Formats: sequence, structure tokens, C-alpha cells
Amino acid sequence: MSNDRDIAILGVGMHPWGKWGHDFTEYGMVAARAALADAQVQWKDIQYVAGADTIRNGYPGFVAGATFAQKLGWNGARVSSSYAACASGAMALDSARAQILAGFCDVALVIGADTTPKGFFAPVGGGDRKHDPDWQRFHVLGATNPVYFALFARRRMDMYGATAEDFAQVKVKNSRHGLNNPNARFRKENVIADVLNSPIVSDPLRLLDICATSDGAAAMVVCSMDFARKHLGNTDGLCRVKAVGTVAPTYPQSVLELPDIASDSTAVVPAPARKWKDTIAFAAYEQAGIGPEDVDLAEVYDLSTALELDWYEHIGLCAEGEAEGLLRSGVTTLGGRVPVNASGGLACFGEAIPAQAISQVCELVWQLRGQATGRQVEGARVGITANQGLFGHGSSVIVAR
Amino acid sequence: MSETLSRVPIIDGWFTDDIDAPTLIGAKCSQCGTFVFPPRSSDCPNPNCDSITLDPTPLSRFGRIWSYTENCYAPPLPYVAAEPYEPYALAAVELAAEGLVVLGRVATGIRAVDLKVGMEMQLELDVSHRDADHEYMVYVWAPATPGSEAAQ
Repeated sequence: MSNDRDIAILGVGMHPWGKWGHDFTEYGMVAARAALADAQVQWKDIQYVAGADTIRNGYPGFVAGATFAQKLGWNGARVSSSYAACASGAMALDSARAQILAGFCDVALVIGADTTPKGFFAPVGGGDRKHDPDWQRFHVLGATNPVYFALFARRRMDMYGATAEDFAQVKVKNSRHGLNNPNARFRKENVIADVLNSPIVSDPLRLLDICATSDGAAAMVVCSMDFARKHLGNTDGLCRVKAVGTVAPTYPQSVLELPDIASDSTAVVPAPARKWKDTIAFAAYEQAGIGPEDVDLAEVYDLSTALELDWYEHIGLCAEGEAEGLLRSGVTTLGGRVPVNASGGLACFGEAIPAQAISQVCELVWQLRGQATGRQVEGARVGITANQGLFGHGSSVIVAR
Repeated sequence: MSETLSRVPIIDGWFTDDIDAPTLIGAKCSQCGTFVFPPRSSDCPNPNCDSITLDPTPLSRFGRIWSYTENCYAPPLPYVAAEPYEPYALAAVELAAEGLVVLGRVATGIRAVDLKVGMEMQLELDVSHRDADHEYMVYVWAPATPGSEAAQ
């Protein structure tokens, strides 16, 4: 499986997820050095650094590409810094990929790291920011992120008969998947009762339905196929990025999405046949020239257990309304036809925003290489990631070998 | 006590102060006719329309619940939470004529168990919070009064 728009993933690395409150660059260095070692590429040979930004760690976080380049020791590489909320890592990869495919560089480091505060995320910036929709949704409504997760969960219950047990089963599945993942923060097996006995945060979602916020870092070394050939002698069995779908909505965005206070109007222009979150993975499938039936595993953004079920439908694993059935049938559990979140997902990691989309790709690489000890999807050849960044940043990456 | 407080909206220009029959104030494109909420005065969001001007327009007072939830824990600042904190519901309500889904708090005392997707709701005003001089008013969704326009 190859075409002239492939790039190679030479190496991946992570700093385990947790909650320590250290300088985010410390985590980033561990991930960067692990990815460089895995790639057998020297830092001084990296030509481009694509940083995924963190907005909760001051200026160094806003210019993440430069911050990491400086910390590794300025080597003359060009830098970029991308912010797209949860999709920042995919956007950084997209940037590196475009540079490589355009012939502006041969080998790049893609990196994201975060240190997160405790509790609910609140608007960044402080003060009375009356024109900032992020400030407005908190001040006028108290619309936290879990409020939006809960609106989607309630829709599944009402429209498709989802139950609290179905949501809990997603957590149970992912907690088992992540038990042996050395990078996961939460490695404890949960049973249905653990979830159902945890306090309700945003009805109907309970504490264990909602992902935590974490510290962590992920990095990868990507390069042109020519560079890979010279570096390794051949490109046999190498993981390739086949597609990066960074798709924004098409007007009207008829679904109320985080962090909006209202949807777009469908009064004049009807809602598009394929809604935004359905277009994200399908843009990637189209780029890669494959379909959902070709995928061996998926890493999707389980900000909540119920949102994982939404993603089954958005990435085409089943039709709308059938995700609960797919979950119950075991298809998305390790050993099933298309395991979802074999890494343990956000349920076991919590979210380290700029690192998360990169970590999804790291997991695909370990799975496709057969190195995912204790959570291996046997014979995996093609994987997809999907996630959603605030304010219309979609991201979906397809990796194949 | 509230007689001495001046009553002000929690945010300017989003809703009328008619306590008996308040409406949200949206914006309408003078050229293509599409709607926008929260309101703004410029730049039609319809990519097929190049209009720069949007006009303020009242939105329907009635709609149906698209989805809902309840905040069991106090949201962080800049939300101003009462102490002791009382959980409250939020609802996203679909306005048929405008094709908009608008998120709002639900009236005090109405909890998630009282709500259902598809339920008829109407716009009301409620006190969000108070400080030494002001009573801050916020728009809320409440179950539609039987016999109201929506319930017919």
C-alpha cells in the first residue's frame, strides 16, 4: 500500500501520562529523545520541528516548536507552532507532512507536551472578556466541557436507547485495554458498578464516564520516503502516514458543538447530508483511498464514554444508532474485529491536549509494528485516529504498513 | 432587599428585559435571511452570501429540547455560583422557525429528571446572581405553560 503522498514514521516516543505539575518541557524532552532513539536519527539532523502548543503554560507553550528546539539545543532547524485545541498534535503532523511532501525538508520532529491544572478547564486569559465566546459560555451558562459531553450522551439515550450500563461498558473495556500500557496513567480494571457508583458530574455522565486532565508528552520523527530509504536501506514494513484529515465544518454546523452557545441556522441553507464529525474520518479515508472496512483498529477521542460510541458512527464502523450494539457484540474490544482504543484511550490516559493526537498515532505505530505488548491487535496493518478540537478543528490520521 | 438592587442583564444585548414575555435577540442577515445567535451586527455566516450587515431580530420564545443536562458541581469562574451551590439544569432548545439550537440554563427548581428530549420550552428570565448593587438577570428555558403558543 503506497502512493506518492506517503511519508514515513521513523520513530515514536512518549513520556507516561500522569499528574505531577512539572515544567511541560521536561516531559517533552523525554518523548523527543525516545522518538529520536527509536528512529535512530540524531537531533542535529532534524530539519523541521513542528510543535503542538499548550495554552496553559505561558509563552513557552504558545511557541512550542521553538521552545522544544531551544531545549534540545538550537540546531538551525526551522520551527512551527500549531494550536488547534485537542487537534493540535494532528495539525503539527499535518504541517510537517506538508513541508516534507513539498520538498522543503526531509525529516521532522513532531512534538507536544502539557501540564494541566486540577479540576474543570476554565477559560484561558482571565478578566472580563465579554466578547470571547469561551468566557461567555462559562459566565452566562456555566457550560463546562462535560456539559457538552452530557448533551451528546443524553441524545444517545433518547434517540437510540443507550443506557448508563452501555456507557459504563466503554470504561470497563478501555480500563482492561490499558492495564498493561506502560504510558497509561490509570491502570486499574474497572467494573460496571465502579462507574455506576461514581458521582454524577453532568447528568447523565458520571465521574468515571469523563476523562481526566493529565500531564504527558508524545513525539514522532517523520520523513520523506527517500530519506527513509537512504536511512534504512529500504522501506519494507515501515509505518506510513497515508492521510491526515484536518477538516472544518461546512455551513451550517447544525449540531451544537463544544464550545458554541448556539448552532448555525438551518433556516436558509439546509444542514449538509454528512455532518461535520462524519466528514473528519471520511476525508482521511478518501485521501488514503480506503474505507472503514479496511481498518484493523481505531484510536478515538473518548472525552466521555458516550462520545466513544458517537465516534464508532462518525468513523463508519457502524450506522448511526448502532454503536451500542457494536460495543455489546465485542467487535470493538481487543480480540474483536476492530478494537477501539486498544491503548486504553483517554479513559486510561486522561487528556494532555497537545500530546494527545500525537499519542494516538504513536499507539498505531506500536500496534502496526507488533510492539504493543499486553494489548496487541494481532496482524494489524491499517489504523485510524479521530478526534475533535474546539472551534471546528477535526483531526484524523491513517497509518498503514 | 432586591428593591434596592438595580436589575441588569448578565450580558448586554442577548435578550429583552420584558419579564413577562422576554425574547432572545438574535441577528438576521438583511440579504439571505439566515439567523445568528449570539447576536452580532456584521458578517453573515452563510458562505454563499456576501452581506456585511446583520440586523437585530427577536427569536421565537418557544422551542423543543434537543438535549439537556444538569451541573451537579459548581462550574469554575467566570460562572458565579451560589453558596451553598445548588445543582441546576441546562437545555439546548431547537427553535423551528430560525433553525437554531440555543443552549441555556433551565429555570431554577426544574431539574434534569423533569426534562425530556422533545419537550416544549419557553424563554423566561431568572436571577443569575447578585452583588452589592446589582441583580444580574439571565435568560432561562422553562417548560412551556399549558395553553401557550408552543403547546397548541
